[in-house]
Amino acid sequence: MAVLTQEERSVVDRPPPVPRKSYPKWARRAPLLPALIFLIVVTQLPFVATLVISFMKWNSLDPTNRGFAGFDNYVNVFTDPDLRSSVVNTIVLTASVVLISLVLGLGLALLLDKKFRGRGFVRTMLIAPFLVVPVAAALIWKHVLYNPEYGLFNGILNLLGFSAQPDWISSMPMSAVVLSLVWQWTPFMMLILLAGLQSKPIEPVEAATIDGASPFQIFRYLTFPHLRQYLELGGLLGSIYIVQNFDAVFTITSGGLGTANLPYMIYQTFYQAHEYGEASAAGVIVVAGSIVIATFALRTVSSLFKEEAR
Amino acid sequence: MSRVWGVLAWFAGIVFFAPVAWMFLTSLHSETDAATNPPSVAAPLTLDGYAEFFDGGAWPPLLNSFSASIGSTIIVLLLAIPAAYALSIKPVEKWTDVLFFFLSTKMMPVVAALLPIYLIAQFSGMLDNISFLTLLYCSMNLPIAVWLMRSFLSEVPREILEAASIDGAGLITILRRVVAPIAMPGIAATALICFIFSWNELLFARVLTGVVAGTAPVYLTGFVTSQGLFLAKVCAAAVVVSLPVLIAGFAAQDKLVQGLSLGAVK
Repeated sequence: MAVLTQEERSVVDRPPPVPRKSYPKWARRAPLLPALIFLIVVTQLPFVATLVISFMKWNSLDPTNRGFAGFDNYVNVFTDPDLRSSVVNTIVLTASVVLISLVLGLGLALLLDKKFRGRGFVRTMLIAPFLVVPVAAALIWKHVLYNPEYGLFNGILNLLGFSAQPDWISSMPMSAVVLSLVWQWTPFMMLILLAGLQSKPIEPVEAATIDGASPFQIFRYLTFPHLRQYLELGGLLGSIYIVQNFDAVFTITSGGLGTANLPYMIYQTFYQAHEYGEASAAGVIVVAGSIVIATFALRTVSSLFKEEAR
Repeated sequence: MSRVWGVLAWFAGIVFFAPVAWMFLTSLHSETDAATNPPSVAAPLTLDGYAEFFDGGAWPPLLNSFSASIGSTIIVLLLAIPAAYALSIKPVEKWTDVLFFFLSTKMMPVVAALLPIYLIAQFSGMLDNISFLTLLYCSMNLPIAVWLMRSFLSEVPREILEAASIDGAGLITILRRVVAPIAMPGIAATALICFIFSWNELLFARVLTGVVAGTAPVYLTGFVTSQGLFLAKVCAAAVVVSLPVLIAGFAAQDKLVQGLSLGAVK
């Protein structure tokens, strides 16, 4: 699904022209075709099918009653309170995870940009959460950390002499999911921002220090503007991955307690309720929403791309 | 001042690492020691959790995960390397458009394609079949691999390629002697990243596989509603399933950002 505009295409630099005579067009294209055709078949055709099914009345438990439904599924999706709340949940979940992990990731990246003993080791410790398989991480948070009777959090509260033993997941289900995802995604943001910090030219900072600029001024006027595109990139890539999050919601709350997001809702509509038409309509809406995010994301990536080609 | 930053960084590192460390420690405790409040930090160590995990039918899902992840990674590399070559070293016309088309497919949520893919699998009798899942993982990772390989291959200096061809080296020789040595670390990093993404995937595996072809993440979902004394076992399971990713991730640490940002960040 191409979502590029003409304007974005033109910002990307082209390589210098290469002499053509020894390489006919087909010979240049040949190595590309297997990958391109494979991807079109496997990723684009299902979306066409989704679009078609979204206009059909189709519940697999009731196969005789299948037919054209017009916009009924879309009307159902937009009027179904569960689905509407899942849209809100998706936005809340994505926005809070992305923002919190960006802020924490920025703090950690700034710390890791300093010189101190054992920096490599600390970096390795910080990356570890991102390398735990997502389902496994969600299971650990649910059972080993959040459990009200013998979870680590209440165990620590107990050790510290607090008598409160909250049931974390039931009392704050959304925050529980958000926290576990922030733990996994902060390292991702940190890595991207750290790469940004370390690619920062050193001369302007030295010049500013000699001219008597304060550390805050250096951050505000030199570091931050340089980091901006890395913040954008981290935020957008994070959004793309977290909008689609299924593992944490499925594992920690099983979509209950008002935490079901769109991917979980679609999964449930199709896999448990067998409402194929409605699931597809919801899918089309998700795609439409993603195109908006993706357009911004592609613009950011292509601006970094352009800088690299310079 | 730098001392304060160091202390703060160490503190943050320990806080973030604590759940992982606790997972390792709990996996080595007996079930009764794992479920105490306050936590028993210094309880005697045992491998019972691991024994129970492996005796409880963990091998087939682990092997399924390995075959889907390794199989899809190999196919992806076979498709992506020539494609990346045609997008960097000998670029086709409009190569940037092609490149951004690859990227745009990655931005579409998989959940929207879930139903038609399920129907295709059902129709063709490929439900609960690991090769079908492998094929899906290929499409999931192909755009990432193309972008990454393109950024690695474009690091091959044009002058060397020209010099080699002036010296009369054929295509095969150039690929073997010039391109391959420079691109090898990039290929390895791409492979590790594709492996991690396939290994972690749950949604497709959950919907499309069952008893026969269930992968390790699907096996882990069996613990979602567990009750009673199972904490050591669930920790052992989480450690074993995460171990390949931890190893691959630490091995590819330097290239991890580049892979996750699709080559946009060096």
